[in-house]
Amino acid sequence: MTLRTECAVNAVEAARVLGGDSRSRLSAGGTLLMRAVNEGDPSFDLIVRHADPQVLSLRLQADRLHIGAAVTMSALLASPDAACLHAAARQVGGPAIRNMATVGGNLFAPSPYGDLATALLALDATYTSVDDTNPRPLESLFALRATHTVAGSPIARPPVVLELQCRRPAAEADFRFLKVSRVKPKGISVMAIAVHLPGSATGARLQQVRIAFGAMGATPLRAVSAERALEGQTLGEPSIAAATAVALDGLHPDTDAIASRWYRQTVAPVHLGRALRAGGRR
Amino acid sequence: MSKVAVRLVLNGDDRAVFVDPGQNLLDVLRRELGDLTPKYGCGQGTCGACTVTVDGEVRLACLTLAEAVDGCRVDTAAGLADGAELHVLQEAFMEHFAAQCGYCTTGMLMSAATLLRDKPSPSRDEVVEAISGNICRCTGYEPIIDAILAAARGSTTGSGRR
Amino acid sequence: MIEFRKELFADERDDTLKEVGQPTRRQDILGHVTGRSPFFDDHLFDGLTHLKCVRSPHHRARIRHVDTSAAERMPGVHRVLTERDVPVNRNTLLSLIDFGKDDEPALASGQVNYIGEPVVAVIADTDRQARDACAVVRIDYEVLPHVLDVEAALMPEAPVVNETYPDNSFDYHDRYDHQKLRFGDVEAAFAQADHVVEARYQMSPIEHAPTEPNGAIAVPETNDRIACYTSTQALFFSLGTTAKLLDISSARLHFIGGTVGGGFGGKVDTVVEPLAVLGCLLTGRPVRYVYDRAEEMQVSSPRGGERWYLKDGVMNDGRIVAREFRGYFDGGAYTRLTSYAIIKGTAHLPGPYTIPNVSANVYGVYTNRTPASAMRGFGITGVDFAIECHMDRVAEAIDMDPIELRLINAYRDGDMKPHRREAKNCALIECMQVAAEKSGWVLGESFKNLSSRVNGGGERARIPNTRTDQDGTLGARRRGERGPHTPPAEVLNGVSPTVPGRAVAGSGYASTASASAPTSVPPSAVPTTPATPVPVVAASSSAAPSSAAPSSPAPQAPASAHGEGSTATPAASPPGEEQPAQPPSPRRSAQRFSSIFGTRRR
Repeated sequence: MTLRTECAVNAVEAARVLGGDSRSRLSAGGTLLMRAVNEGDPSFDLIVRHADPQVLSLRLQADRLHIGAAVTMSALLASPDAACLHAAARQVGGPAIRNMATVGGNLFAPSPYGDLATALLALDATYTSVDDTNPRPLESLFALRATHTVAGSPIARPPVVLELQCRRPAAEADFRFLKVSRVKPKGISVMAIAVHLPGSATGARLQQVRIAFGAMGATPLRAVSAERALEGQTLGEPSIAAATAVALDGLHPDTDAIASRWYRQTVAPVHLGRALRAGGRR
Repeated sequence: MSKVAVRLVLNGDDRAVFVDPGQNLLDVLRRELGDLTPKYGCGQGTCGACTVTVDGEVRLACLTLAEAVDGCRVDTAAGLADGAELHVLQEAFMEHFAAQCGYCTTGMLMSAATLLRDKPSPSRDEVVEAISGNICRCTGYEPIIDAILAAARGSTTGSGRR
Repeated sequence: MIEFRKELFADERDDTLKEVGQPTRRQDILGHVTGRSPFFDDHLFDGLTHLKCVRSPHHRARIRHVDTSAAERMPGVHRVLTERDVPVNRNTLLSLIDFGKDDEPALASGQVNYIGEPVVAVIADTDRQARDACAVVRIDYEVLPHVLDVEAALMPEAPVVNETYPDNSFDYHDRYDHQKLRFGDVEAAFAQADHVVEARYQMSPIEHAPTEPNGAIAVPETNDRIACYTSTQALFFSLGTTAKLLDISSARLHFIGGTVGGGFGGKVDTVVEPLAVLGCLLTGRPVRYVYDRAEEMQVSSPRGGERWYLKDGVMNDGRIVAREFRGYFDGGAYTRLTSYAIIKGTAHLPGPYTIPNVSANVYGVYTNRTPASAMRGFGITGVDFAIECHMDRVAEAIDMDPIELRLINAYRDGDMKPHRREAKNCALIECMQVAAEKSGWVLGESFKNLSSRVNGGGERARIPNTRTDQDGTLGARRRGERGPHTPPAEVLNGVSPTVPGRAVAGSGYASTASASAPTSVPPSAVPTTPATPVPVVAASSSAAPSSAAPSSPAPQAPASAHGEGSTATPAASPPGEEQPAQPPSPRRSAQRFSSIFGTRRR
């Protein structure tokens, strides 16, 4: 079928067009969508774009970051306010990809992509969309994606994301991001690990531990048992060992072109241990 | 199939072209505009052979919707030389055996030229990072890195243009 | 960057030359840096059409029915090609030099034998239209058992991969199912050796992954000629092959190329040119046929995986007195250049060493993998990996420095090589001496003074009395007459029995109809690899000479390019199915390669 494109005046209009045509897709940075176009993906023939200013802004309000869905990785890297996300953004693709790939697009990037989404999950990020301007946890979006990945069907009415919100870590050293890939300096993730250990910078007992893995399931996932093993503990060898022992709980690694399920399962605890011992952002 | 009008400034020249909806910039540059310097290697943003700049930023033409560059400045490797006078990077690539089959070369040059414009004296690590989105199957990258560093040293004496 | 050791062999060289031996600029690099080098796709044509293929989603399947009617009606479609459109639809690359039998169709006929094999070609105004039309071609497959392991393919019960070679091995010299090399008497030498060291080595297939994919554009030219702009590395081969497949005079073809965006051997198979030219002849339009990246990785030939068994007899003083090889080249579903790789490789054995007793049996095996072909010294590089690993093992067995072991056994000028040629211009000794010096590897004094030009020839130039045999004649294996070698246990037992036909998810080639329902797998996944380590070398070394002691290999998953653990199918073919009658094909005798390539002259 012949491709069609539509440039909507704003995000609301884009959502209306997308909702009305099951064979439509939203183009953010295009890094995933245009690949599908180039490969002749038959599941859509309408490409919808919009340049609504509210998806382009990046600001700090109190201690919360507000990131427009169309903010690119490069724009994040250029903002000192978003420093906590730099480790993740810096390792997405190469320079050209970073100029194109958007935060919003990364939320929908299929495994093994989605490094930034992994970092955002560990920061308890929320999102607003055209249909719902109350901030929702990212988990709900990922759960929606996971259902459809298993069913092999596209999401009928994918939310048009407007903005992401997250609180910055109290101390830089509390948040670590580790990307495991075979090709340096740029490669697709075997896995990505984001850990938020509030209190670790001061040696205090950890509160609200978050450990998120990317490329270990259909979407970024939290290693819930590993989090529980660290909760209320001080960060040290015993608590790290307890966490890595249950690293895989909550994760569903699979085999793809980058790595096998077996390999991912085998190395995940090792890399989690490294992330926990990192002592600072990588 | 109705076409979409796109106006752009290509390597400094005003151009206008009609593109198919959904057509990517690589295809439009090569087929509609006759600029054969960016190449097709993967169509998925992995190889970097299609690297161009849009409004001065490196982009992958194969992943760029052509109609999205309406009103933009697009620069390709065809615009590096000034007539018969080569860009300092082009000279450096020739001097340092930085091309064998030549297929990745135009993409490499665009990434390198943009780097040197923004960072006239890059470190080796910065060069490696700048070309991290460009795959070369022939040279093993070292001659390319050497060439870019050599060009950087040369460009501090003012012989480069970008 | 490059260090020249001009003191070596200085008297054999003239260093006063202006060009030879001097660094120079590539003659094409100006074109590369200005983007003007004319790759095949750097030509624009009015009315250009695009060709895309419908490809097999199965390793092996019978084609029951092909329905292209819906595709023909799709917008922008000019022509849909099937096997009936190809004038001569069976070929082998080296038929141009009269080597091997025609075995490969340009478009599959009756059966598909590897994932990605082209069945139908669609020519349309745009790439997208061609893909859309491909998507509505209906092919009814009956999925058949397949085989992916070289030794499993050589079991008598293995399914026939290639109808032209129903024994699943290339026919050598109209006599044997393998290429033999015999020099001296290895069995007698093993009996005399102080140690015997045996091991198995496994190579994976390697994909060239050139940045420029395989492709060609065929264009009508004046005087009823077709111009073909192509990425091929083998312009004359491609022209000749195209003329043969299309049954037209080669005078009607004008092939333009030589600017290759990365070849490495991956652009010698002449797969895209014939269909592009055929499409051009039938539509009168320029036709562009280019692999996308997925096709380049999956469909274009790799260097095939090889499995080598090596057995060395060595004396305590370091002399290797016997070396026996058994090699299996995984050629995939069709011959292409595997036949030649083996001849080339066998001539190379036992490597750059003078060993008085050498024996090799090398098989060109057909499996249901992507047909393998040339890549970077194919035929040599794989077995050299095995040889050099083995040299280290041998050194370990006799507690000798591995470089010194090599220096002792290195060939020298004048030595007789097992393929009955005198070694000339040897330089292994000097290379190792320089490498040792540069890496700080300390060699004994006497080793530093060795030279390739000293102590060769003489007794070492003799061709010894050689034991020969008639083992492994054509057909013997299928008849159940066992060869002298038993495949390893995990191949005999099979990781799984007959693999029921199933479409491999993620292969990208949707099967629109098939006899067995494809396993439902998420698009991003491929079948899981089993929880066993990557194949490693298994070795045994015995102090006492052994004659037929089988080695006990470490557990290992059979080599698999796709990560599939199952290799399949030493099982019988489905009940009621007869072996297909061997198609009558002109039998060509293999020429001695010396007569083809000429004797080297100094």
